[in-house]
Amino acid sequence: MSTLNTATATPFTAAHGSATWRLVRAELTLSVRDKVGPLWGVGCPLVVLVILGGVPALREPVATGGGMTIFDLYVPVLILFNLAILALTALPATLAGYRENGVLRRMQTTPVGPARVLTAQLAANFATALVAMALFLAVAGLGFGVDLPQNLAGFAVAWLLAAAALLSVGLLVTALAPGRGPAAAIGTVLFFPMMFFAGLWVPVAYMPPVLQTISHYTPLGAGMRAFEEAYLGQFPSAVPLLTLAAYALGCAVAAVRWFRWQ
Amino acid sequence: MPAVIEVRNLRKRYDDKIAVDDVSLTVQEGEIFGILGPNGAGKTTTVECIAGLRTPDRGEITVCGLDPRRDRAGLTRRLGVQLQAGCLPDRLQVAEALELYSSFYPAPADWRALMDDLGLAAKAKTAYAKLSGGQKQRLSIALALVGDPRVAILDELTTGLDPQARRDTWALIEGVRSRGVTIVLVTHFMEEAERLCDRLALIDAGRVVAVDTPAGLTERARIEQRIRFRPSRPLDDHLLTSLPDVSGVTRRGEFVIVDGNDNALNAVTTVLARNRIVAERLRVEQASLEDAFVELTGRHLDAVGPDAK
Repeated sequence: MSTLNTATATPFTAAHGSATWRLVRAELTLSVRDKVGPLWGVGCPLVVLVILGGVPALREPVATGGGMTIFDLYVPVLILFNLAILALTALPATLAGYRENGVLRRMQTTPVGPARVLTAQLAANFATALVAMALFLAVAGLGFGVDLPQNLAGFAVAWLLAAAALLSVGLLVTALAPGRGPAAAIGTVLFFPMMFFAGLWVPVAYMPPVLQTISHYTPLGAGMRAFEEAYLGQFPSAVPLLTLAAYALGCAVAAVRWFRWQ
Repeated sequence: MPAVIEVRNLRKRYDDKIAVDDVSLTVQEGEIFGILGPNGAGKTTTVECIAGLRTPDRGEITVCGLDPRRDRAGLTRRLGVQLQAGCLPDRLQVAEALELYSSFYPAPADWRALMDDLGLAAKAKTAYAKLSGGQKQRLSIALALVGDPRVAILDELTTGLDPQARRDTWALIEGVRSRGVTIVLVTHFMEEAERLCDRLALIDAGRVVAVDTPAGLTERARIEQRIRFRPSRPLDDHLLTSLPDVSGVTRRGEFVIVDGNDNALNAVTTVLARNRIVAERLRVEQASLEDAFVELTGRHLDAVGPDAK
């Protein structure tokens, strides 16, 4: 996007870091100061995890789960839940808010382009999600004896793609929504069906075949499938991974294309 | 002096209303150029087109020889913009904002020095939302200058400020100009335009009414002097009306009001002295930029234009 010629950058700027990195840091600082993102996006799923962990019935093995308990299945669901909250509510609220009150308008007068503004949002939310995911795995493991995913590399790849896919959907929602209110509304409307297909209320394995098929091609359903495979020790199969990658790429390109400063 | 900004036949309409009908102006290097007009005259739209934030429907604009829409990277490095609608995240602190924005530019100004110059050093760790109106404006100026621009556009800089903060801001703007930055100042305050601008464009209903120095504009309007006094003893109007420089005499209570040209004051005081009449509480109302504006547009400056947003 930017045609900045880095060769002409003075030592002054070099010593102060790149604009993208500065933006990421500023966004992280702001989100920690705001407390809303971390509390709602990380705390809420964590509370659900602790509550579900206290229900004995959920600790029984599931027939189709390959020896996993319902609670075991809920750990990846809640990791997705956390990603979805950040991507579909926190991110659009921040970015649409910036657009509404003129923060983006001011940035538009500087050499910083849309790609870097969006990258900063993406990276800051990525970092929050990463901390949350580590926290979930630790609480589930240390508190309730849930094993780590057997295929850790596979889980990492699946998580990265799922995070990229969801955050890109969030960016696209922000790009297309006219304001903060509509962005929040669209985010919420997307959130519930997407969480349904991830198995938040009914595990995907218990859904009728049609719904299972639909689920496999939603971002959260594909993410859930990849997570489950990683938990059971396989490297996730191509279909869910490609589905996630397609969402990530398609939505990110569209979000940059339709990005509006005002 | 070379032209830094050239605007030719700019036109911009929003849906059903014409914001800018036909605006042409040239800003020379190193000057403070004012754009003056009532609310809704098209001032902001004009500068937004100059800054490349809006696409004109018609007309040509060059800034430092660049097309503001096509050469964004080049333009944003040379042009600092302080917008009416610009804002920062509530919890971003002053120093953080300046450091962040300076990182956007390949060769920025020293943001710490800028923070000191604009009297914001004591507020370095204050969140944006906690700043006063004047402090926000100063930060806004600092952000417009942090890229070390050649040209700065300052839009309605002192609107909403108290008189003291307004005067402080004027001193700042003069300081900025002395750094060699060309300034385009959008305002609807006469006093501000008169005090700061080398030249200014009067804009009304999307058109340039006149471009001149503040003094040139008042002269151009050819407004008469108005002399007002209380005679120390009764005075026959005819003494004054017979003077060639006087165009009219009216009475208001015990006061006499005389309208006339530039020489009227001389003529009137001479006649009064000859008749041993003292002009008590003598007051001469000089034509101001405000009068010039009314004369040139037939409209008061604080009146809202037909295209007001």
